[in-house]
Amino acid sequence: MDETKAVIEGLIFASESPLTIDKIVEIFLDRNLTRQDVTAHLHELMNEYESRCGGFYLQEVAGGFQFRTRPELSAWIAKLKGTRPAALTAAALETLAIIAYRQPVVRAEVERLRGVDVSRPLRTLLERKLVRMVGRKDVPGKPMIYGTTRKFLEVFSLKDLSELPTMGELKDLTK
Amino acid sequence: MDYEVKLDIFEGPLDLLLYLIKKNELDIYNIPIALITKQYLEYIDILKTLNLDLAGEYLVLAATLVHIKSKLLLPETAEEGEEEADPRHELVEQLLEYQAFKNASQSLLEREVLERDVFIRGAAPVEAPPGDDDDRHAWQEIGLFELVDAFRQVLGNLEQPELMAIDLDRTSLADRINEIMDQLQGCQSLTFTELLNGSRERRLIIYTLLALLELVKQRMIRICQAGTFGVIRLFLAVEEDHG
Repeated sequence: MDETKAVIEGLIFASESPLTIDKIVEIFLDRNLTRQDVTAHLHELMNEYESRCGGFYLQEVAGGFQFRTRPELSAWIAKLKGTRPAALTAAALETLAIIAYRQPVVRAEVERLRGVDVSRPLRTLLERKLVRMVGRKDVPGKPMIYGTTRKFLEVFSLKDLSELPTMGELKDLTK
Repeated sequence: MDYEVKLDIFEGPLDLLLYLIKKNELDIYNIPIALITKQYLEYIDILKTLNLDLAGEYLVLAATLVHIKSKLLLPETAEEGEEEADPRHELVEQLLEYQAFKNASQSLLEREVLERDVFIRGAAPVEAPPGDDDDRHAWQEIGLFELVDAFRQVLGNLEQPELMAIDLDRTSLADRINEIMDQLQGCQSLTFTELLNGSRERRLIIYTLLALLELVKQRMIRICQAGTFGVIRLFLAVEEDHG
């Protein structure tokens, strides 16, 4: 295997969080590797894992690259991991969806859209680090502004926010 | 064994309204307000008779519905030939938007969710109470009553006359909360007895109860019991962040 590609593979394996292209370029600093080169290698690796069809694959997620086990194997892996975090409640999920689409957003706006108080679900989302405070709005009362985190992208296997279906698509689902 | 009364069947007034519209197979753009208001108010009544703590927002929407209904009942004021906007319009918009976000939350669940469908390499297992599958019978989450019972036992075991004990060591509730959290961070789970550490001080025991109640309310910890009258054990509820 091409050495560069092997190094990149190793870096991703050893990285604790999704490894970004920028980080890879930085590590290869003295070799003058361009982002295009890195991307090409990454795609080759992705294809290799895809065609190998083994226990895991390389996924682009949260602006980086990460090895993940295949979804079809989830029941097996779950046996190894034991208990998993409790699923989010419907209220927490709705709140999360609103924040994801409307961010940066203040709590009052989330409550207007849900039509009900969101303090509990919001606290859950903050605790789980799916949502964070991104600042304060410069209006009377200086309310907190909320946005989604990188962990949100990681948990829901999103490359970035643009991968979410558009509001138009979601409204069409209703019809 | 659940003492918490939940009103989570509906995620809010808009959800209840959407449910009624679907149940009656109504056209969301042309809601028969009289019918829907009647049904909505009936639900509110049922919820009230169940003595549930009805969120104020339910009543706000009830008022909105009645308001719309009254507007529709009034004869149209055909002044200046100006077309009166449909009084239902704003509500319909709100419902459609809410429905879209509901769809959005569903579409999130359809994705490959980390720790549900896909897993990353060597991530530390989340230390949670062994509540799933086989252990389900062993550990049950307990209600307020069991917890208070446990404390009553501890207090009851204290020798009675502790005459004129003036303690200068005044631990605050916040201190006690922090202590408990520190202890838990170190070892993931504690039994109730370990937590009190053989203390016979009434004040400390009571502060411990208050601290636990606060921590449970903040959802920082979970308290489980091994079967009826079994050992009570505390667990950290918050997932450690490894990111």
